[in-house]
Amino acid sequence: MVDAPSGRSLVVDAVTHRYPSGALAVENINLDIKGGEIIALLGPSGCGKTTLLRIIAGFIAQTQGRIIIGDDIVDALPPNKRAVGIVFQNYALFPHLSISENVAYGLAARGIDKASRQREAQRLLELVQLPAMADRLPRQLSGGQQQRVALARALAIKPSILLLDEPFAALDKNLRLDMQIEVKRLQRVSGITTLIVTHDQEEALSMADRVAVLSHGKLEQFGSPSDVYDRPQTLFVNTFVGSTNRMPGIVVSADRTAAKVRLDAGAEIIARPAGGALSEGGRVTVCIRPEHLQFVGDETGFAGVVGMSLPLGATVVHEVTTADGSGVKVSQARIGETRALENGAAVRLAPLAPSLANAFPATL
Amino acid sequence: MGAAPAARDVTSYGMGLAAPLALFFLIFFVAPLLQLFWLSLHNDTAGLHWGLGQYLHFLTDPFSLGVLGSTLLLGAEVTAVCLVLGFPIAWLYQRVGPKLQTVIILIVLLPLLTSVVVRTFAWIVILGRQGIINATLQSLGLIDTPLKLLYTQFGVVLALAQVQMPLMTLPLITALSRIDPNLDDASCSLGAGSWRTFFRIVLPLSLPGIIAGCTLTYAAAITAFITQSLIGGGQMLFMPMYLYQQASTLQNWPFAAAISIIFLLAVLAVVSIFTTLGRMSRGYGGA
Repeated sequence: MVDAPSGRSLVVDAVTHRYPSGALAVENINLDIKGGEIIALLGPSGCGKTTLLRIIAGFIAQTQGRIIIGDDIVDALPPNKRAVGIVFQNYALFPHLSISENVAYGLAARGIDKASRQREAQRLLELVQLPAMADRLPRQLSGGQQQRVALARALAIKPSILLLDEPFAALDKNLRLDMQIEVKRLQRVSGITTLIVTHDQEEALSMADRVAVLSHGKLEQFGSPSDVYDRPQTLFVNTFVGSTNRMPGIVVSADRTAAKVRLDAGAEIIARPAGGALSEGGRVTVCIRPEHLQFVGDETGFAGVVGMSLPLGATVVHEVTTADGSGVKVSQARIGETRALENGAAVRLAPLAPSLANAFPATL
Repeated sequence: MGAAPAARDVTSYGMGLAAPLALFFLIFFVAPLLQLFWLSLHNDTAGLHWGLGQYLHFLTDPFSLGVLGSTLLLGAEVTAVCLVLGFPIAWLYQRVGPKLQTVIILIVLLPLLTSVVVRTFAWIVILGRQGIINATLQSLGLIDTPLKLLYTQFGVVLALAQVQMPLMTLPLITALSRIDPNLDDASCSLGAGSWRTFFRIVLPLSLPGIIAGCTLTYAAAITAFITQSLIGGGQMLFMPMYLYQQASTLQNWPFAAAISIIFLLAVLAVVSIFTTLGRMSRGYGGA
């Protein structure tokens, strides 16, 4: 796809969509996507990510806001005039058309002659590594192959934006990884601005240049995978992306960059005020990821009793019950001989660094 | 070889269950059919002389051939009208909410819930010289003399199309509901307009339903004795009435039997053309 146009930018400008019933599907979404970026729309089902995808594709007319592709406001354009390629979750290949007819379908709609169509379809099938499948029917192909065809079909129209709707959800785990690598490779080669809708955080973090996390129709955070994972801006992002321990506490003192929090589990720790300024004496929820907790030998940190240890290959996860009765998980890398922890052993835990403990104002 | 006894067991089990129905068909369908065939092989009404005379008579008689031709044509016309009117209804059904779907299904099924005789008389009221259509047109001043609608081919096709509509619409609704709605979106996102999507995607994928609907409508339309006779009146003669006249009025049983066999073969021929088309369409969707 060296001859493909380099990706165009995509701006989602204050888009709000209300269902006919009056319920909000998405509310005031702003995304500024550069040409050639891979963006993941991440969120649990029902968060509005598919609605947003359908708005960008033109299948739904948003109640408010604008969609801008490149320099063009496309709100008035129907889906067939937007040059947006879509790969559907179930691939939606035309069951009665051969693989090569499927790939060439969009070219035929553009009035390109048959010989050029076939040449282009064959070139795309080679690109997705299925050159020998041209005359087969979709149902004669495996799930992974069907997805490659769906990709080739979407790329055939040289779209300015490529939208992938839960593209790997129907594939088994090994195949999923292969296809993720494949999609990333194709995207790098073609340079097409790509939007992946997914509920799978690993997929979002591994594939995307930037991740937009949605919840209940609102944009919670839009940032690089490491921003989203390490510097979450909301409690939702912190708990939805990766796993985390939620520890309640009270703010002892706070400034813009650090807060001293007295945990209900005992001990005072320094945490990062992640969701804006904290007020002294206010209740907070401190989120610390299992891999960011460590066992400490001295009297710092908070006390706990080891309940269970799960050796998960590269890591060992310990379930520890703290003084206030809540459980926290501690994940230890298995480097050399990991110290075995007895059931019922008394331990003390502390975060690895203050920046790895995120304090959010407690919601009532 | 090891699997063969098991397979035979399953088959014989199924055959046993089908026996009552098979017996029923044998006594009340196959036997009368054979009797009919036997009857048609007599050259005289008394049944004394054997021969193919009745068939020769039918096939050399322009009047009889005309009746056969107009009956087959009637079926084709009714089928075409049902397809053209039924497809949009079935298409609409896929695109409305559940409440409207119930309404559409009710409207589609309504003809099946009333007696054919009642419906046919309703059409007489609508189409007659002093009927609803003529009265309306006259009161609007659009025509001076009543249009002749009743006892015409137009009237028969119209009434039959209404009566047979469910047979077309229901298979179409089934076929269209099997099409993944994402295919529409996929086609659209690839740059195809509604017409291209319809002719390249929706129509080919609904072909099995179209074939099924056409077969049912056609078979029902050409054998619809009551509607054909009441709307067509005495001036329009179709095969069922022709047959009835020969058997009941003229007591020419061998000729009536021969008409039946010829009619049966003609219908079978048309139905098998539809079936072949259906198989080809599945091949189109499948090969």
